[in-house]
Amino acid sequence: MAVDPRIAIAAEPRVARFGLTERRLHTIHAWAFSILLLTGFVLYLPFLAQIVSDRPLMKGIHLVTAVAWLTGLALVVLLGDRAALARTRRDIERFDADDVLFVRNRGRAPAGRFNGGQKGHAIVQAGLAILFTVSGVLLWLGERNTDLRLPGTIALHDAATLLLAGLVAGHIMQATSHPQSLEGIRRGTVRASYAAAHHPRWDPPADGDQPVGSGARPGIGRTALAAAVLALGVAAVTLLV
Amino acid sequence: MNDPAQSAGPPIGRRAFLGFVGLGLSSLAWGGAAMDLLAQSTRLVPESLRSALPFGKGWRIYAVNPPHPKFDPATWRLRIEGLVERPQTLTYAQLVALPRVRQTSDFVCVTGWSVDDVRWAGVRFDDLLAAARPLPSARALRFVSAEEPYVDSLTLEQLREPDALLAYGMDDAPLKREHGAPVRVVMPKMYGYKGVKWVSRIVVTDRVEDGYWQQRGYDRDAWIGGSNGR
Repeated sequence: MAVDPRIAIAAEPRVARFGLTERRLHTIHAWAFSILLLTGFVLYLPFLAQIVSDRPLMKGIHLVTAVAWLTGLALVVLLGDRAALARTRRDIERFDADDVLFVRNRGRAPAGRFNGGQKGHAIVQAGLAILFTVSGVLLWLGERNTDLRLPGTIALHDAATLLLAGLVAGHIMQATSHPQSLEGIRRGTVRASYAAAHHPRWDPPADGDQPVGSGARPGIGRTALAAAVLALGVAAVTLLV
Repeated sequence: MNDPAQSAGPPIGRRAFLGFVGLGLSSLAWGGAAMDLLAQSTRLVPESLRSALPFGKGWRIYAVNPPHPKFDPATWRLRIEGLVERPQTLTYAQLVALPRVRQTSDFVCVTGWSVDDVRWAGVRFDDLLAAARPLPSARALRFVSAEEPYVDSLTLEQLREPDALLAYGMDDAPLKREHGAPVRVVMPKMYGYKGVKWVSRIVVTDRVEDGYWQQRGYDRDAWIGGSNGR
């Protein structure tokens, strides 16, 4: 008897992997860095500069995207499920013996919610976000005040770009070769069998369970702060264009 | 917070994150020197391959008004006018027939990047102006780019620097479109913004006028190390 594969998938129990807050953070990061990488390479590589040639437009898109990215991240952190974020951060930054083994043995050690490679990737990406922001702001300031031009600003922004391009390529390769992990970040859930096979030491909440901290509305203070961040972002964009 | 499902183990990730960020931020001090060293070490690599390397001392193409002007050898003319006895209109063939010089010099951009050992070919300004015969009142040249409104001026004295050049060749090939084809100003002792690309008109004047970037706050005399570039 033929079974509709979609029904089969739907019937299989799923477990909750990423909450809405984490997924939104990822979406903002993914879109922003796609645009930033593309426009950045046009600004950086002569053969692309020749094809596109509209440097002022590319630079404008690059700067506005950078502001929108930081504003978006700040808003999600301020208004989103902070308990879930704190938990994910803890899941990423703690390395137990198996995680160390996973990195050493290239994948042959039982993983928790994140394996050693995923943790390492997230950590470097988070570091790059800081380094891009600092060096990018310094590039922008250096165009206006030459005292703020540091000897390594360009080198840092360039090196970070190359590292990012490599990481993103690897990240997309991993995601496309593990469709369930892609489902995890897109829908928030993965098949229970996938979780058991790839993350045996993870004890995931079943799909539909209330995630940590959900339902807690942001207080008046954080809402006001979010409004201020949004206003700052809009002001920065109008300053740039 | 004794949730058994929580990840355990030392916060190696946090330490790695802080170390990575710290190392990255410290490169603001040493990154420039490291890039120079890297550029030195890649000198052994053939030029064609080196220019394809995405890292190191490569060109970044700056332009202010897209698209880059297009060069058609059949219709292109270089006009030399202003305070001269005999205004000139040169074809490309006439321009490259003038006494040709080659030089190797570094190109330094005011925003901080640079390209070492660029091999230029072109004509010195005294040779370029010989036929036009500047009047005694002539003090400066205004280079008008085909990329409007880009313009910049240099004094005749500055243009007598031994390495000042109107270049039509770069790295043993005709100047490429993104580098200002067919001719650009090369003034190695000054930042790149003085080196007008896509030069279409040269006006001999009795005083220096502010160029595109001077109107936007940059120094008129953009000596490397001696202007508001650094």
